[in-house]
Amino acid sequence: MSLTPEDVKKLCALARLEIGPDEIRDLSAKLSDIMRLVGELQAQDTQGVDPMAHPLERPQRLRPDAVTETNARDLYQANAPLVEQGLYLVPKVIE
Amino acid sequence: MLKRAMHEKTLTELSDALAAKQISARELTEHYLGRIEQLDADLNAFVTVTAEQALAQANAADERRAGGTATALTGIPIAHKDIFCTTGIKTSCGSRMLDNFVSPYNASIVAKLEDAGVVMLGKTNMDEFAMGSSNETSFYGPVRNPWDLERVPGGSSGGSAAAVAAGLCGGATGTDTGGSIRQPAALTGLTGLKPTYGRASRYGMIAFASSLDQAGTLTRSAADAALLMQTMAGFDANDSTSLADPVPDYVTEIESPWEKLRIGVPENFFDDGLDAENAAAVRASLDVFEKLGATIKSVQLEHVHLSVPVYYVVAPAEASSNLSRYDGVRFGHRAEGADDLIEFYMRTRAEGFGAEVKRRILTGTYVLSAGYYDAYYLQAQKARQLIAEDFKRAFADVDLIAGPTTPTPAFPIGQKVGDPIEMYLNDIYTIGANLAGLPAMSIPCGFVSGLPVGLQLIAPHLAEGRLLKAAHHFQLHTDWHRQVPEAYA
Repeated sequence: MSLTPEDVKKLCALARLEIGPDEIRDLSAKLSDIMRLVGELQAQDTQGVDPMAHPLERPQRLRPDAVTETNARDLYQANAPLVEQGLYLVPKVIE
Repeated sequence: MLKRAMHEKTLTELSDALAAKQISARELTEHYLGRIEQLDADLNAFVTVTAEQALAQANAADERRAGGTATALTGIPIAHKDIFCTTGIKTSCGSRMLDNFVSPYNASIVAKLEDAGVVMLGKTNMDEFAMGSSNETSFYGPVRNPWDLERVPGGSSGGSAAAVAAGLCGGATGTDTGGSIRQPAALTGLTGLKPTYGRASRYGMIAFASSLDQAGTLTRSAADAALLMQTMAGFDANDSTSLADPVPDYVTEIESPWEKLRIGVPENFFDDGLDAENAAAVRASLDVFEKLGATIKSVQLEHVHLSVPVYYVVAPAEASSNLSRYDGVRFGHRAEGADDLIEFYMRTRAEGFGAEVKRRILTGTYVLSAGYYDAYYLQAQKARQLIAEDFKRAFADVDLIAGPTTPTPAFPIGQKVGDPIEMYLNDIYTIGANLAGLPAMSIPCGFVSGLPVGLQLIAPHLAEGRLLKAAHHFQLHTDWHRQVPEAYA
């Protein structure tokens, strides 16, 4: 399995990662190495095997549908790079 | 008992000294803070030193001791891996992305230890988002191994490992997704414990691969690991995969008399990739167990060779999802000057993440992308099931599984960082326990060319008590765990 520079550009767009033109060749080579390592899995017969859902074979716990958290917007927004009147600011979305 | 410097004592010894009023928490804290100031410039084990808070906590601990409400951990100075959220203190996860992040809340295990009266000395360096086996991917630079400053301490909990091994703190927390506690413990001569998946809360522990991540400890002894885990383990309503099973009394259990143990050895762990002297040290430690009355027998883990490929599908897939939250909007790094939202995201993430994190995000994005899910992720989760079933079958005949923790002792800084595959193979023996959710430890078992190496012990789900007890009894009959690097004695 090998990834072309075009594949990598597409992945970067999907993952929202800007990659410089000088990085693409090295990244394609390294990702191809990783996919070759992972490719060993394809040879394993897994017919009839259920995919693991939980390492301890336990179901996901449910909790009562009750409000437990209190509003702490100011506390959380203290970490935000840019806020105004309690709103997060981002670059223009609609032209 | 030998007279040891304060910073060479185990937590158990320090706890006794505090209880006997031979030393105060304040004195102990000042001693460690002094060592950090004097020695950490070379090691780079700490991202943040919280001296002021530590001294305040130490004073409070001394008052609590005087008032008779102390726990065994009251006044014990430890450090937290910088992956655990700590209220009001920078929590970086080793990344530029979170270099400016001050956590608004405590991770549950941090809160539990704080409630017990532990003193936090600071936050330790780590591979970026816990992705690495050498601590070279940190935004804050590599951590150096106290046994040889030109070598890596292992990773991703490399700062915690170096700090404990060099006597900059009494013990430290770590996290283990594919070996990130056990591998650095082996490479720095420490005892590393990764409990059962779900045994210690993941709440407030920055997520890497949520089906594998588990909090644990790096300490000087198995008794110390028991002491810390006694407080860290237990149900937490804030963690949806937290186990409700009661926490046994590990501290008492490990001291109970030795019982006959059946130890299984997977012969395929002793492969060509394993350094011959490292293998010899592991075999010699099995002889120690045999002399203690254990039965050593060979076990088959037929699919364990698939551990690394399974891991490098499952972990990056979960990471690509978990790390999608870093968008520069609500917290963390934010790129300047972007014209639209997509460019803003792409530049924020390009600037905030390092090379290894980007590779893992892209690997995960690839294996989860349309048309590939069945071939990679689903196939990996099926193979993961086969690996877990191998362990289950083996544990029908044996009480513990033993083998090497790492293929080699600590390697030189810079040697493997350019080759992801070579780096990934450092965790070839440790990943299996994560995939199967099993508790596992690394304990010191000898030296190769003056560098420590580890014996790995793996137990069935929730058998931490048995695991810690076997490790403790081994340590009652060996002194590998009491060796300290000369420069830090």
